Amino acid sequence: MKLTTKAFLMATAVTFVSASAWAAGTHPVTGEALADDQTFTYRVLDEHSSVDPQIVEDVSGAEIVRDLFEGLYNQDADGNLIPGVALSHTTNADKTVYTFTLRDNAKWSDGKPVTANDFVYGWRRLADPNTASPYQWFVEVMGLKNSGAVMAGDADPSELGVKAIDDYTLEVTLENSLPYFALTTTHSSTFPAPKWAVDAHGVDWTKPGNIVSNGAYVLTEHVPNERSVRERNPMYWDNDGTILDKVVALVINEESVALTRYMAGELDRTEIPAGQYPSLSKSNPDEAIVFPRLCSYYFMFNMSDSGPEALKDKRVRQALSYAVDRSIITENILQGGQTPAYTFTPGATANFEVPAVPFGEMSQTERDAKAKELMADAGYSDGLKIELIYNTSEDHKKIAIAMSQMWKQKLGVETTLANQEWKTFLDTRGNQNFEVARGGWCGDYNEASTFLDLVQSNSGYNDSKYSNAEVDQLLADAKTSDNPQPNYKRVEEIIADDMPLIPIYHYAGNYMLNANLKPWPVKNAEQNWYSKDLYKVAD
Amino acid sequence: MLNLILRRIAVAIPTLLILTIVTFYLMHAAPGGPFTSEKPLPPQVLANIEAKYGLNDPLWKQMVNYIGGIVTEFDFGPSFKYKDRTVNDIIAQGLPVTLVYGTLSFIFAVVLGVSLGVIAAVNQNSRFDYLAVGFTMFAQVLPNFVMGPILILIFTLWLGWLPGGGWNGGHWQNVIMPVIALGTSYMASIARLTRSSMLEILRSNFIRTARAKGIPERTIIWRHALKPAMLPVISYLAPVFVFMITGSFIIDMVFSTGGLGYFFINSAYNRDYAVMMGITLLLGSLTIFFNMIVDIIYGWIDPQIRY
Repeated sequence: MKLTTKAFLMATAVTFVSASAWAAGTHPVTGEALADDQTFTYRVLDEHSSVDPQIVEDVSGAEIVRDLFEGLYNQDADGNLIPGVALSHTTNADKTVYTFTLRDNAKWSDGKPVTANDFVYGWRRLADPNTASPYQWFVEVMGLKNSGAVMAGDADPSELGVKAIDDYTLEVTLENSLPYFALTTTHSSTFPAPKWAVDAHGVDWTKPGNIVSNGAYVLTEHVPNERSVRERNPMYWDNDGTILDKVVALVINEESVALTRYMAGELDRTEIPAGQYPSLSKSNPDEAIVFPRLCSYYFMFNMSDSGPEALKDKRVRQALSYAVDRSIITENILQGGQTPAYTFTPGATANFEVPAVPFGEMSQTERDAKAKELMADAGYSDGLKIELIYNTSEDHKKIAIAMSQMWKQKLGVETTLANQEWKTFLDTRGNQNFEVARGGWCGDYNEASTFLDLVQSNSGYNDSKYSNAEVDQLLADAKTSDNPQPNYKRVEEIIADDMPLIPIYHYAGNYMLNANLKPWPVKNAEQNWYSKDLYKVAD
Repeated sequence: MLNLILRRIAVAIPTLLILTIVTFYLMHAAPGGPFTSEKPLPPQVLANIEAKYGLNDPLWKQMVNYIGGIVTEFDFGPSFKYKDRTVNDIIAQGLPVTLVYGTLSFIFAVVLGVSLGVIAAVNQNSRFDYLAVGFTMFAQVLPNFVMGPILILIFTLWLGWLPGGGWNGGHWQNVIMPVIALGTSYMASIARLTRSSMLEILRSNFIRTARAKGIPERTIIWRHALKPAMLPVISYLAPVFVFMITGSFIIDMVFSTGGLGYFFINSAYNRDYAVMMGITLLLGSLTIFFNMIVDIIYGWIDPQIRY
């Protein structure tokens, strides 16, 4: 008893000393002077869908969930895995069983310890058809044993390949060997869930006051469509190492209004509207930042039976792709640090080396000449009529117009442009009622397969209905290979020749970011940022 | 009067029922669904979600269940997009916001608009009149999606007087700009309408008679001219009032006020069926109710109208 009291007092003293270190105003590692007010306020475009780790489906919701909850692993500023609730893991020889050792000092915000059972509960909950999670399929990406049967309701969630050996040992059994399994544990849907809170409050368990979470922050306020506020969780195991006290997400739909409010000092971070990066990077060079993102902008051809005959000819697809001058789109239209794309997978993807595809190596003049030649070979030297659809947006419109002009001038192709409202567009595209359609794709995890799965014949995302047996085989082999990179490289080479889609550019993120807020993880390609790693320096 | 109210209610019920049925079918006829996304859900996942929300039932059954839920439990269903909220939650949160800034905008527009119109008419062709006509012409054509950002630019960025958005529980600082942005063009229309109607009345025979009797000008305007001059204004105000208190998508979007207008428009984009239905029914009921109120006011203001 005495010992416990003493230990408690010591712990309090340590907390006090380190807390006063912030109050004294210097960063414990870098020694920078810290600002008195450690509040980070940022803009989100839209209201988040949920803060329930197994239910959330949007990016801004997942950002909040990463602050409120902590999974097995976190990512550092470069996107590498670092310990979260798990300290380490071991795996068997064929990489089908993973055993995680959890830290014993992790606590929920109500003081209960975080145990392996909380992960078991969260993962079963994710797979359970009764939860109806939009990310239910993630258990299949993780390759958990029996995931298919559990998802279909044919097996009880307790049969899922995850179990608690003891409170601090989690054992995961996979259907097949999966070398990159540990990478999937930073995804918000794999975070633990507090069964007692879910049972007590049902769907209302994520509301402020009810919510119990194990991350560095707790949700203290939520006014839908206006703001959500999260504040320091005193129970978090690394609360002493956390500097930001409060994080506020403000819903501001209008990008230009958000920029005005940023300029007025109401926000620490907001997106830069298209085309304004050049001027803002001159007027506020310390604040305008740009970084690569794991997203590709492309146009797809309808290669199914309902598609036009001309587009079934590889030469026509190649010609249309070659004739697009990507640099005009990135440098003159978007002007926000985007990079021209000749492969589908962005170069920022982990371990992915962009292959030198032939048409990417040519100059634009050479590509234009080659495009004319290909059209003539295919018998369309007199031109061609095609229809291009995109979802309603000013930027998409500008790009579509620029492309149709390039096609007209260089190849004599007459393009009819049509825009559709988002869901109508997805419906049209998903049912192959198009000729050429716009696409945008962001990776779910930092591995090339999250992009290349799109060109697999039986993929639900393959709206162009492109089918190539060699590609399918290469991708299937890649799944269980220790080094899948050569396969990805080969797939990119094949699609650069078959051209089922026209890669246009790889996205760049750009923010206006308060120069006092540090260190924004610009090198984390997935932009998985954690408020606990950020801090504000004094002016 | 009671007769009128009873008659209106008797008509309102079938009207709302038809509104429900038509909206329900139109909504489902739109391509795509609440769970259509850039990354289509695997069929199994989609089936699980649809089963949870009863979206796999035939359409007629979904509608019967929906109407049944409203009648028996006043339950307007869940939101498909915001998974932790029901339609009742969304309305309970958004409606008060919308009512507050809508009503204030209305008062702002009517008080300022009528005053401006009357003063301009009484002082026709004076410098004030020209100024008022010029100002209202400008204000009338300035759309609120332009005006909103301009107000923020001036009062938030340049002057630093007001917060650039948010609702903050209806704090006066947060309310001012939405009210001005929403109310100004209506204020201008009301002013112009009042001015022309007032001018017409001031030239009519009964006013001339009153003047001949030596009644003071002030009394003539307040007691005799204002009431008849208001008739065309009131018929304009009725739909404006309903429009204002049912929320503005633009105001909610520019000022992040969190009112119903934004939820309404976005529910259509998101195919968030229950939210769309719930707000449509609410707006339908409000429209019917306020049209009735206007009819009553009509009868009171114009003795020629009798029900």
